Amino acid sequence: MKGGPGPMATRPTTRTDKVPTIEHHFFELIPPGLNIDFVGLRFKMLLVSWTLILIGLVSIYLHGGLNYGIDFAGGTMVHVKFGASTPIGDIRGALSRPELREVVVQDVGQGGKEFQIRVLGAAEGGSTAIADAIKTGLRDKFGEGTYDVLRVETVGPKVGKDLWRDATLAVLAATLVMATYIALRFELRFGIGAAVALVHDVLITLGALSIANMEFDLTTVAALLTVVGYSVHDTVIVSDRIRENMRKMRRESLATIMNLSINETLSRTLITSGTAILVTAALFVLGGSVIHSFAFALLVGFVVGTYSSIYVASPIVLYLEGRKSPR
Amino acid sequence: MSRSVLYRVLLFVVLTAATIVFLVPTFVRPAPAFWPWRQPVRLGLDLQGGTHLLYGVEIEQAIDNTVDRHARDLERELHDAQIGAVTAERERRTVRIRLANKEKRQEVVDLVKERFPSLTVASSQDAEADLVLTLDQREAQRIRDNVVDQALKIIRNRIDQFGVSEPTVQAQGTDEIVVQLPGIQDPQRAKELIGKTALLEFKLVATGPQAGTPEHPGPGAQVLYGKGDAGGRRAYLVERRTLMTGDVLTDASVRPGTATEGMAVDFVLDARGAKLFGEISSANVGRNLAIVLDNYVESAPTIREPITGGRGQITGRFDFAEAQDLANVLRNGALPAPLKLIEERTVGPSLGQDSIRKGVLSFVVGSALVVAFMLVYYRGGGVVADAALLLNVFFLVGAFAAFGFTLSLPGIAGIVLTIGMAVDANVLILERIREELRLGKTPRAAIETGYERAWYAIRDSNVTTFCSGLILFQFGTGPVRGFAVTLCLGILTSLLTGVFGTRVVYDLLVSRRRLTTVSV
Repeated sequence: MKGGPGPMATRPTTRTDKVPTIEHHFFELIPPGLNIDFVGLRFKMLLVSWTLILIGLVSIYLHGGLNYGIDFAGGTMVHVKFGASTPIGDIRGALSRPELREVVVQDVGQGGKEFQIRVLGAAEGGSTAIADAIKTGLRDKFGEGTYDVLRVETVGPKVGKDLWRDATLAVLAATLVMATYIALRFELRFGIGAAVALVHDVLITLGALSIANMEFDLTTVAALLTVVGYSVHDTVIVSDRIRENMRKMRRESLATIMNLSINETLSRTLITSGTAILVTAALFVLGGSVIHSFAFALLVGFVVGTYSSIYVASPIVLYLEGRKSPR
Repeated sequence: MSRSVLYRVLLFVVLTAATIVFLVPTFVRPAPAFWPWRQPVRLGLDLQGGTHLLYGVEIEQAIDNTVDRHARDLERELHDAQIGAVTAERERRTVRIRLANKEKRQEVVDLVKERFPSLTVASSQDAEADLVLTLDQREAQRIRDNVVDQALKIIRNRIDQFGVSEPTVQAQGTDEIVVQLPGIQDPQRAKELIGKTALLEFKLVATGPQAGTPEHPGPGAQVLYGKGDAGGRRAYLVERRTLMTGDVLTDASVRPGTATEGMAVDFVLDARGAKLFGEISSANVGRNLAIVLDNYVESAPTIREPITGGRGQITGRFDFAEAQDLANVLRNGALPAPLKLIEERTVGPSLGQDSIRKGVLSFVVGSALVVAFMLVYYRGGGVVADAALLLNVFFLVGAFAAFGFTLSLPGIAGIVLTIGMAVDANVLILERIREELRLGKTPRAAIETGYERAWYAIRDSNVTTFCSGLILFQFGTGPVRGFAVTLCLGILTSLLTGVFGTRVVYDLLVSRRRLTTVSV
């Protein structure tokens, strides 16, 4: 992709060290030459990471698992929208019918007008009895025309079981493929660093989903896989610079090179993560209830992914270096 | 302008023109009559509203059924062959024959070999033991291969009768069938139609003064419709009386035709069917026998001669596909395997509209923020990057129209996300150019090095995201697949516009004037 030399290229090339350097005025958020000791902070950040992961895991444990959508658990979901804001208690009341057990009603955050009604672990998918019972309950209580049934979904129990296996496999496969690619492109320890960072990001995102009580369904898994891809994306940029600087500065310690590389790429890291976070925030706020948990998972994942490529992936590489040649 | 730059500019001009051609039918409705491309971007059910049904085909059950049927046929044949007291029962995938008279054993083995080639006799030294027959592995495989295809065909036929515009009936994985009915909110009738047992009947085509006309069928006659010559439908006047139903058919297959006759469909009847069909065909030589599936006339061949051996053939002016269809119909009076509804999703039209509106709104707001940021931060470089970004979205949506991909709500989210991630390449390049400028390089050299150095990072980081997109595609179904497609396509288009395209702009700038400063 090199442009052919145009006629103007024939002007004598001036040695850069002889001409007075031109003053460049860039609009910058991160001043060049910034030198934050990221590597020195790594043990504090290790604590932060573990704390975040543990809080998430505890939340999942206390909630008795994630807030599974019917994709995973099987069952029936009816998504309704009322004309006026309606107390959630009224809806629960409308649905206390003998044929409906363990109904979960969730306000999906559209000014108290939209609700998802879920009955998990329904019988065979062919039966729409539960969906019908929910619809009847709502009609009896609120009357026809005061609300709109947006979605009705019924999923059989087998789908959920298969999905669990497929989702776990997909996330594992993605992690493995990423780690292998990085290990081949860079070095094995970079691959290991990336893989650890990935697991870290996925765990924290899962925890955040649990704390925010977001529904965990098929699209949430899609978001997790995207986070996996994106997190590596970031790690690659930092690793690429570390590799480049390692060639240039053979005598410096890895920690110094790493710090320099992270600082050099910091501006880029923050800007591109910033734009990615900006658009996911737009999706989260404006995208509507259907992709709410999807956008939420992306948002959290991108923030954590950016953090992890600085504070998780690189320190792991450093740690492995230390083991290889103890100084 | 150097030649290399010219070619690259031309490439983008051609791509842009092509994208306009693909996108006009989506945004201009109706598209002008002369327009060469007609297909608008397909919207997923989550955006246009409708019903999604997922059926599981119980393939193993179909194999069990076949073994069952063989057991019943065999028992009947053995009785007819005067073997003496005998029972044939299915035990999982085998048929166990209990003989009262063990001397007849060899006779039974011979009969099985002759009449039931798909069953093999398990070798046993013990002459006193029961005979155990197993279904041939190849036969089991053939059933596995065919069952989903047959079920697909039957469901398609039934959905066609339902009269939905642009329904989708597709196999998914090895044993699932997806039925999508855009615009249908109450799937009850569709489900009944799909799930019911098909009825295959044989009726004589009515002739003579008693028959009446298609407008006024005589007593004992009725009008049924079937496929006409030019793709239309054609009315048949048939006798009300059903002579035979599909349950007596055991098999049907296509036989390549001769030069004079075209394709033929061979069929095999069980013992009862052979006798029945022998009588029917003997009494009605020269008349037409309508093969009726679910009250739809599939074919009405002429009976040329009595068929008494339980094997016959239907010839006609079929092409291979038609012959294959007819064989399918004959083979499966009923669905070849039980179907189980495992998933049902209905999206109302208001939600679809709402999702489109919200998706577009997030897109507009998200991209406006990114575009504004790039402008403020990189000025001149930002203008180039923003132009690349917009071209990127344009190509991306154009690719959806050109390749006929389905756009779902997660797909729209994917486009929004692409905006946020595609600038990454430009940020990498521009940051690199800034670094090189700070080192005192000339703009030309800084641009050259900036692109060169940034490329490795761009390549590696996009390969990994692309891989996760591929895995996601493999894992997901429906809307999630739409997201995966957007993610992967978005990477390709953003490399095209963000790296290749912006480079053209800089090469143009560099070639046209003596460049002392560059705004990045």
